[in-house]
Amino acid sequence: MNLNALWEYANPLKFMRTTERALPYFWVAAVVCLVVGLVWGFFFTPDDFRQGSTVKIFYLHVPSAMMAINIWVMMLITSLVWIVRRHHVSALAARAAAPIGAVMTVIALATGAIWGQPMWGTWWAWDPRLTSFLILFLFYLGYIALWEAIENDDTAADLTAVLCLVGSVFALLSRYAVNFWNQGLHQGASLSLDKKENVADVFWFPALVSIAGFVLLFIALVILRTNTEIRARRMRALLARERLG
Amino acid sequence: MMPDLGKYAEAVLSSYAVSILLIVALVVLSVRRSRKVRAQLDDIETRRKNHGEG
Amino acid sequence: MIALLMRDLRLAMRAGGGFGLGLAFFLIVVTLVPFGVGPETGLLARIAPGILWLGALLACLLSLDRILALDWEDGSLDLLATSPLPLEGIVTMKALAHWITTGLPLVIASPLFAVLMSLPGAGYAPLVLSLLLGTPALSVIGTFGAALTVGIKRGGLLLSLLVLPLYVPTLIFGAEMARRGAEGADTTTPMLMLAGISAGVIALLPFASAAVLRVNLR
Repeated sequence: MNLNALWEYANPLKFMRTTERALPYFWVAAVVCLVVGLVWGFFFTPDDFRQGSTVKIFYLHVPSAMMAINIWVMMLITSLVWIVRRHHVSALAARAAAPIGAVMTVIALATGAIWGQPMWGTWWAWDPRLTSFLILFLFYLGYIALWEAIENDDTAADLTAVLCLVGSVFALLSRYAVNFWNQGLHQGASLSLDKKENVADVFWFPALVSIAGFVLLFIALVILRTNTEIRARRMRALLARERLG
Repeated sequence: MMPDLGKYAEAVLSSYAVSILLIVALVVLSVRRSRKVRAQLDDIETRRKNHGEG
Repeated sequence: MIALLMRDLRLAMRAGGGFGLGLAFFLIVVTLVPFGVGPETGLLARIAPGILWLGALLACLLSLDRILALDWEDGSLDLLATSPLPLEGIVTMKALAHWITTGLPLVIASPLFAVLMSLPGAGYAPLVLSLLLGTPALSVIGTFGAALTVGIKRGGLLLSLLVLPLYVPTLIFGAEMARRGAEGADTTTPMLMLAGISAGVIALLPFASAAVLRVNLR
């Protein structure tokens, strides 16, 4: 595919028209994958010999955690596109994605806490991975709050894009700092589960379907919310013009 | 039909409940806001069109 | 640029807030902690490095919105932006002025407060050194946050929400260094990391702050 053709979708109207035609398919695919993945995972997988039935939380915890990180990466990319090429759709897509990312982070944290309770005997431990997710959640909150606080759309897009860039660097730094800090406390005795040893094929296939479901759900939601943001922006512009005369 | 969740039933069920609740809430809120904004925008655009003609 | 720095310093002195307020806040935090956790000396000594670092961080945070807000309100920021000075240099000077009025007094006073927290004797030098290395980063990061929120009315709370996550790496390495020092352990690794973060932040973040400020002044 010619990459230049991609930029045509930077036109908001064209973007809305194309994506809204595709949206129903994404909804259907997302619901199918989620239902299949979760039902398969919940009803038709054996219990893990060490973790019992809690292994079923895997099908929610891992996809949501992956999405929490990937959504931030997607926001970083769209922010860069906005800064370099100044396509409004890109900035609005980042805005639309942020609350989804925040919810995914909450799901990952909540399922992690509920899983941790029977496995580690505690709801919360300052394990590097948990701590990083908490920090990631704070970044999401700050990003969303900054969008909400600024009235001018272009200013808000610029400032949040820079915040996203700087935030990404600091999020990475925090990730390594947290690793270091916890090792300093526990001499490397991490509580986190070793994912590789945990995942046999029986558990892996439903998890893959579930991950696909989360991705598709995210795409559907982002399309819906981006189009909402495009309309809201157009509405603000029209209202401003009316007020002027 | 219900699988035997053993002593961890509470943990498994509550994490599914929390996650599904959050996802459904996110979807519902997104759809509702989408509808609202779309209706408002249509309102304004028809008003502007009528205004332009009249 | 030097003139700008001197002007900012003089203003901070005259307003009286700069030097005194941060220190007083630091003192209050250090005074309140024993009320919260109990006066037991062993416990205080153990948490002293962390508390002192947190106190310094919060005292720093308290004065961030003053960095740019006053100049924004009376329009001198517009004047500065149209002056031949590069905006990157201006934000760096602003951060430096903030550090001299807030960070440096905290560094100098920290041994006194460490006495209140009954910090073990071996911990004083690492504590002061870690604050000396870390507080410049706090000021520079804070200036970035101040530049982001300068156009927002009542942006103080938002400023904290944006800046605090950015403070995480500095706090971790700074407190770790002070803690290891207090335990008599080797402080080289956290010290190098802390110095690295400060150097990187001071070198790069002014560009982001200036870019953000340009957007806000548009």
